[in-house]
Amino acid sequence: MFPRLLRFLSAALFGALWLVPAVRAQDSIKLGHYGAFTGKDGAFGSAARKGVILAVEEVNAAGGVLGRPLELFSEDNQSKQGESATIVKKFIARDKVVAVLGGNASTNSLEAAPICQNARVPMIAISSTNPRVTEMGDYIFRVCFIDPFQGAVLAKFAHGRLGARRVAILTSVSNPYAVGLSNVFRKQFTAAAGEIVAEQRYAEGDKDFRAQLTAIKAAGPDAIFASGYYTEGALICKQARDLGISAIIFGGDGWEAPELITLGGAAVEGTYYSAHYSKDSPAPEVVNFIKKFRTRWNGETPDGISANGYDAVLLFVAALRRAGTTETVRLREALAATKDFAGVTGRITIDAQRNAAKPAVILTVKDGRFQFVESVAP
Amino acid sequence: MTEFLQQLVNGVSLGAIFALIALGYTMVYGVLRFINFAHSEVFMVGAFTGYFIGQHVPAHSMSGGLLALAGAMAASAVLGIVIERLAYRPLRGAPTLNVLITAIGVSLLLQNLAQYFWGATPRPYPELFPAANYNLGGIVVSSNQVTVVVVTLALLLALRFIVLRTKIGTAMRALSLNPKAAALVGINIDVVISFTFGLGSALAAAGGVLYALNYPSIDPIMGTLPGLKAFVAAVLGGIGNIPGAALGGLLLGVIETFVNGSEWSTYKDAIAFAVLILILLFRPAGLLGRFTVEKV
Repeated sequence: MFPRLLRFLSAALFGALWLVPAVRAQDSIKLGHYGAFTGKDGAFGSAARKGVILAVEEVNAAGGVLGRPLELFSEDNQSKQGESATIVKKFIARDKVVAVLGGNASTNSLEAAPICQNARVPMIAISSTNPRVTEMGDYIFRVCFIDPFQGAVLAKFAHGRLGARRVAILTSVSNPYAVGLSNVFRKQFTAAAGEIVAEQRYAEGDKDFRAQLTAIKAAGPDAIFASGYYTEGALICKQARDLGISAIIFGGDGWEAPELITLGGAAVEGTYYSAHYSKDSPAPEVVNFIKKFRTRWNGETPDGISANGYDAVLLFVAALRRAGTTETVRLREALAATKDFAGVTGRITIDAQRNAAKPAVILTVKDGRFQFVESVAP
Repeated sequence: MTEFLQQLVNGVSLGAIFALIALGYTMVYGVLRFINFAHSEVFMVGAFTGYFIGQHVPAHSMSGGLLALAGAMAASAVLGIVIERLAYRPLRGAPTLNVLITAIGVSLLLQNLAQYFWGATPRPYPELFPAANYNLGGIVVSSNQVTVVVVTLALLLALRFIVLRTKIGTAMRALSLNPKAAALVGINIDVVISFTFGLGSALAAAGGVLYALNYPSIDPIMGTLPGLKAFVAAVLGGIGNIPGAALGGLLLGVIETFVNGSEWSTYKDAIAFAVLILILLFRPAGLLGRFTVEKV
């Protein structure tokens, strides 16, 4: 009887030990980062994460901020709806983070933003371009451009450089980012005397686009704008080429992922998309960043989303230094006052709507690699 | 007209895949009177098996493609039999609801195991069969679409032969008519049920490989929506009825494709399910199903 009781008690005690939080460095500055590291949109979060980790390690190697090291909490939302909200709640309630970095997909940021706003914890979206994200409140910032700008850039590019007059639009209706971008593009392109000859829709996760593409083919466009993400973008290109559609296909920054090429193969050759930065840029910040990134991540070349993740951390650190405290009101003010911050993705000035005004670049796929086409300033 | 015919081609090739999956639902329902919701995961495992075999056989070859297809069918057949043996057999005789919930559990288990072992990131599917596009007067037919239709037809004929002309097929039909009487005349029910699961799962795996060839990106949750649609197809055709499942699949594929290519594409799933409701209102037993009164 007694040995059994003793065994039970010691087991219970041992179990309880696990419940006591691990003793962490008391004075670290806690930072939460969420994103889709796996799943359908997994390329976004994992790219951002590599940039974020690189920046955090760099800051810590240089002695941290305000004499304290940064401590990073990373969580994967598995490309699932609702997960981002859960993660951010956990960051705020349990981990007591000073600020939240992320998301990439605007859908994720739109979930997380109200929670951060209510808790008065600054959130810096990494590559969410839908304007509604920062409209959620004065604690929500972003380090990327917004869709009204991106849509205008794409419309100008399609009308000018591609010489397209008749464009078909294929939109993911269950993705607020794609819907917003398509709307801006339609407005800008028709304002430039272009014609939208067909508009087709699909839902996130769809794999069969033949029906929509057949209807688009019948309309005979010069170019097709697929405003969704890379997983669908690659399949759209494949099925379009299968159906004998030779029109140029282009997308927005949702196409920014190496998976576009691995999934799309030869079908994505000669397609275009708008992005946050180009690895071919000769700017010293970019060259230096690529060198450090390659050393840290086995020779991998960073894409625009990694660069945005890196910029988000450094922008936060710069604001923290200016604020001189982790107290959120002061930190928020410092973030809002960011001016001419020299980031990898360009000079970042946070405007009155807490968006970053930055140039966009157009990239193309050539010989199985992403290549720079042109840069468009706001 | 070209557009109409092109959409018809697209629809038929999609419908053929739905038909293959629907057969598994309908066969299991025929013998056991329950819906095997894990069927869509068997479909997914089939696609993945084809993917892994595809890494080891030469791409773009007929023999390699057939090998991957056969391998996937065999692996899924085994999986189907194992699922039945471990999860459903112990519940035989229990209320149908218990088995139904177990089926959903098995489905989630397989989905999560696949995520655990294979990761949730979508993978590009290898081109197993020789790939070409044929242009028939403006209508483009890809070799993959031809493969889908040919393989589906061949499997349907084989299935018809098995069910109507072989001893085990006769046993399956007997079991479907009256399980107790079938047991009384000496039919080994366990063997027949295992066989039914194996056969249905093999067809789902064929559907999985063909689906992945046409829409070449696979992930562990790829089975959910096609599985659900195939279930609808099975009900549409008359659940428990084999030609009905094939017809239902074809019909659903064509309807979905036409809606998808129209102004109403946002509502494609809604319209597909609305069609189901309408048909069931007027023909409660499905298109080819026979209406039977449940005796209490």
